[in-house]
Amino acid sequence: MATTDVEPREVPPTGAQYLAVQASPEFQELRRTLRRFVFPVTAFFLIWYSSYVLLGAFAHDFMDNKVWGNINVGLILGLGQFLTTFLITGLYVRFANRELDPRAEAIRNEMHWSER
Amino acid sequence: MNRVLAAGTQVGNPVINISIFAAFVIVTLVIVIRASRTNTDATEFFTAGHAFSGPQNGVAIAGDYLSAASFLGIAGAIAVYGYDGFLYSIGFLVAWLVALLLVAELLRNTGKFTMADVLSFRLKQKPVRLAAATSTMAVSLFYLLAQMAGAGGLVALLLDINDRFAQSVVIAVVGLLMIVYVLVGGMKGTTWVQIIKAVLLIAGAAFMTLLVLAKFGGNFSEMLGSAQEMVRDATAVGVAERDVLAPGAQYGGSTTSKINLLSLGLALVLGTAGLPHVLMRFYTVPTAKEARRSVVWAIALIGAFYLFTLALGYGAAAIVGPDRILSSPGGQNSAAPLLAFELGGVLLLGIISAVAFATILAVVAGLTITASASFAHDVYATVMKKHTVTEDEQVRVSRITAVTLGAVAIALGILANGQNVAFLVALAFAVAASANLPTIIYSLYWRRFNTRGALWSMYGGLISCIVLIVFSPAVSGSKTSMLPGADFQLFPLSNPGIVSIPLAFALGILGTLTSRDTGDPELNAEMQVRSLTGVGAEKATHH
Repeated sequence: MATTDVEPREVPPTGAQYLAVQASPEFQELRRTLRRFVFPVTAFFLIWYSSYVLLGAFAHDFMDNKVWGNINVGLILGLGQFLTTFLITGLYVRFANRELDPRAEAIRNEMHWSER
Repeated sequence: MNRVLAAGTQVGNPVINISIFAAFVIVTLVIVIRASRTNTDATEFFTAGHAFSGPQNGVAIAGDYLSAASFLGIAGAIAVYGYDGFLYSIGFLVAWLVALLLVAELLRNTGKFTMADVLSFRLKQKPVRLAAATSTMAVSLFYLLAQMAGAGGLVALLLDINDRFAQSVVIAVVGLLMIVYVLVGGMKGTTWVQIIKAVLLIAGAAFMTLLVLAKFGGNFSEMLGSAQEMVRDATAVGVAERDVLAPGAQYGGSTTSKINLLSLGLALVLGTAGLPHVLMRFYTVPTAKEARRSVVWAIALIGAFYLFTLALGYGAAAIVGPDRILSSPGGQNSAAPLLAFELGGVLLLGIISAVAFATILAVVAGLTITASASFAHDVYATVMKKHTVTEDEQVRVSRITAVTLGAVAIALGILANGQNVAFLVALAFAVAASANLPTIIYSLYWRRFNTRGALWSMYGGLISCIVLIVFSPAVSGSKTSMLPGADFQLFPLSNPGIVSIPLAFALGILGTLTSRDTGDPELNAEMQVRSLTGVGAEKATHH
């Protein structure tokens, strides 16, 4: 990536320019890409978390089934919440670095304007 | 038996405890003063000049988040109620996914100083800023009050102060220290304190976890067994019959208490992404990518810490036992310090308590600065003075606000003294999830969303949540209430989340759709483009 010495624009983009960028296929693709990952994953972890809390509230006997020594289903499901949280974090970072950052950067450079 | 225990609850040597604590406070204050030398303008004071790196900021976020609730509160709840206390850890952690996936980066790209910058971006400035600042103050006050209650219990234990009046004096001293922190340090100072404190807290918890596991030959299952045995042998009323390894010891009794658990779970998972002091941390980094890196670091550290609290909580039940915990001056909140004393004597007790104390102090400072910045920036500068104030004046107003807020927090902290800190913080989470989260999500993801929707959702969420708390068992009508003598309890749940959060989301939709206002399409486009691409907030690289 060769850097040239183009100065950022002094004047902020106008509303019309923002509307044009918003309507551009590049921006729409960025928006779609983000939502296609973020919404289903959010739905997944919220459902998985709610099921866990519901089991904790109403299925005491199920949660108390011993699996190994004193370690029961409840404890394993709880630790499972930790595991999925770490996993989703990792997946999201990989996705954002690969899919979101290059697209956002391309649009930023197209507009080449910076406030600070 | 109980008399012997009561006499034996004094732990450590008050002089040593306080010496270690004082040394720690002096060291951190020196760091604050040194860091603050570069504190010049408003951007520096409020957001540390956007100058922190992702990992640094991530550690600071963990520092902000791992408050007295996470350390003293969760360990205490697990030690006394077992599995039900573990839910706090899980809710507090999973909640970070909401922040990471939906909020952190878009917020970083859109705003400058406070949450209100984002919320008012494409809506009517004045009313929305006022609403956002109001809810910021409310959330911060609930959070502060919990920290104060934790500080009271901890010092009561350290100095063996059983007298409520003396504990109140201690709370006032903590309040003063916190005001000094904020007045001197600004955001940069508190960020360094958070970083140092987070490292010490996590290292301390890790060390204690190792010691606990070593006592049981590294066998976690055996520790669980001992914890259950200690609970079975407990003499405190109602403790012995608890099954602490399964859910239900605290929330298993009636259908109401089961719904209370759901309500708590909802507030925990949706609260984090609405906490103003956490949101403000996303502005102390230069780019959205750094904001993302901060959250990843925060999740890793917070997750590890909550795994330690599981061992600390059950360890305290197994080694200290519920009887001693419940009869000690700090009640449930004393489980972790008592465990430190059993594991490493007066030295470990002193160190762990100092770290816990610094935790409270630092969290309190972070909260105060967020709330006072919000008042100075959103209410004073934007609404009252219509942008005609200098940045110096904003900083001055925020300092006055910090002092005022400190005073109110001290008063409320004295009232809440004695309740489980994690439970109290969960109330702040309920307020944040009701008053802030719906509007944040709608304004970032729903183009049609408008000013009326925002105001209905924020005020509706805030008012319903606070009214339900006031009439809940947390405030009156039970022995552990803030006002144990009074009884105006009308609402059965101690956490209002399950009512007020869906209500706030619904009000946002209802308000939006009943208003013909569809906003300014150019501003809507600007916000969407900025939030997703970071244009304006980030330096473009030119190819």
